[in-house]
Amino acid sequence: MTEVKIDIRGLNLWYGSFHALKNVSLAVPPARITALIGPSGCGKSTLLRSLNRMNDLIPGVRITGTVLLDGQDVFGGGIRVDRLRKRVGMVFQRPNPFPLSILDNVVYGLRVAGVHNRGVLRDTAEKCLRAAWLWDNVKDKLNHDALELPLDQQQRLCVARLLAVEPEVILMDEPCSALDPIATAKIEELMAVLKSDYTIVIVTHNMQQAARVSDFSGCMLLGEMIEFDDTQTMFTHPGDKRTEDYITGRYG
Amino acid sequence: MIRIGEKTVRRLLMAAAFSAIGGLLLIALFIFKEGLSFFIETGFRRFLFSDVWDPQSGRFGIFPMLVASLWVTLGAMTLGAPLGVSVAIFLVEFVPRSVMRVVKPTIELLAGIPSVVYGFIGVMVLAPFIRSSFGGPGLSLLAASFILGVMILPTIISISVDAITAVPASYREGSFALGATRWQTVRMVVLKAARSGIIASVILGMGRAVGETMAVIMVAGNAVKIPHSPLDSVRTLTANIALEMGYATGRHREALFATGIVLFVVIMILNTAAGVMVRKRVSGKRG
Repeated sequence: MTEVKIDIRGLNLWYGSFHALKNVSLAVPPARITALIGPSGCGKSTLLRSLNRMNDLIPGVRITGTVLLDGQDVFGGGIRVDRLRKRVGMVFQRPNPFPLSILDNVVYGLRVAGVHNRGVLRDTAEKCLRAAWLWDNVKDKLNHDALELPLDQQQRLCVARLLAVEPEVILMDEPCSALDPIATAKIEELMAVLKSDYTIVIVTHNMQQAARVSDFSGCMLLGEMIEFDDTQTMFTHPGDKRTEDYITGRYG
Repeated sequence: MIRIGEKTVRRLLMAAAFSAIGGLLLIALFIFKEGLSFFIETGFRRFLFSDVWDPQSGRFGIFPMLVASLWVTLGAMTLGAPLGVSVAIFLVEFVPRSVMRVVKPTIELLAGIPSVVYGFIGVMVLAPFIRSSFGGPGLSLLAASFILGVMILPTIISISVDAITAVPASYREGSFALGATRWQTVRMVVLKAARSGIIASVILGMGRAVGETMAVIMVAGNAVKIPHSPLDSVRTLTANIALEMGYATGRHREALFATGIVLFVVIMILNTAAGVMVRKRVSGKRG
């Protein structure tokens, strides 16, 4: 594990007076899936949302420490948040397609970036919908309202929408928690395919999911990163007693 | 202690509810009873599209007033709709919630100012200003449009703010996460999601503008003629009823009631349209 895509060093985060992340350090490798696990409220979603600065939207947040993306500090003065978020995309817990047509959803990021050529938009839409394995479901109804799709297709639409802006990193915040097992399996397959081109960080409550899809895992507890290792090792020989307790189900 | 039974309370509340509906029905019935026969005798087209209003000689064409009402309303919307919607966007998207919680009720207070006060300000400040800067009598189509444009602001702002606030946060998050700026997010997602609510607010504002009487009488000048410039003096449908009802008798009085029917129908159509838009918003809120 020599290459590092995202290097998190001594990250602390407070919501008002609540200390949500305590001196978290973590090195996320490129072109791999890194899972963050831990009980509810341990700070894993907060950590994820620090990576593309989505926490900026919440009033009263204070952050110290650094997050280096390819060596550049994402909290540094020189970085533009909108550009950062194009490089570090996010899939949310609940599928959140916009109340627009399927096509308009996929090309949203391109329009934001100033691309208005219809041919380019359409070609990119097809490419991304294919990459998200959604093309065959929606190719005949690209102008339909995206909210008419079933939930798992909505979530894959959100992935397609993200791929269109060609991010380097994809953050997934419990992307399957609103989906049934079959839909979950489809998203997991998709992740496995995507990981060769993208660095993926996923937050999940589902131990089996973490074990199935991820290459590396970090276990968090009460705002601290208590263990980080390759997934195989963590799930077979956890180095920390608390990790073992959590994995085997002794924590909620 | 005397306990009022569940049934009694239910009946009392039901009576109250029906008295409100009953009031509406009685008013509608009364206006139609007084005006409908005139409407039918004169003929729809001669009443609406003849441009001579001369009660003395028995000629009742409301076309000049119809045109005046239309222009005044259009003028008010031209000012009020973009301004009101912009204020709503600003309040929801660009200032902290704590500021909005102070500013929004303050704006809503504007709706509590009696219309005669708006009219008074129009007469004392706006009309002289228009007279000295643009010419004409001052009391004019322009003055009426401007005053009405301000009067409908609270309606438009308040309902638009509610519509924009109701847009799920997940849409905004999704948009930001794709690298959109706040303005791009507003323009491309939020306004689309809040569209029907915003349209409803504009329609309700339009309803207010069509129906407003006192402020308009004070600033519009009230000459019965088709306006050729925004600086002309005009008389709206509502102003006509209010100005002449005091001394009208016979056919003249019936003609005014018939004018009332026209207004009644227009407002009903506007309110129903607004209601449809609001319901559309609620049913469109999924996922």
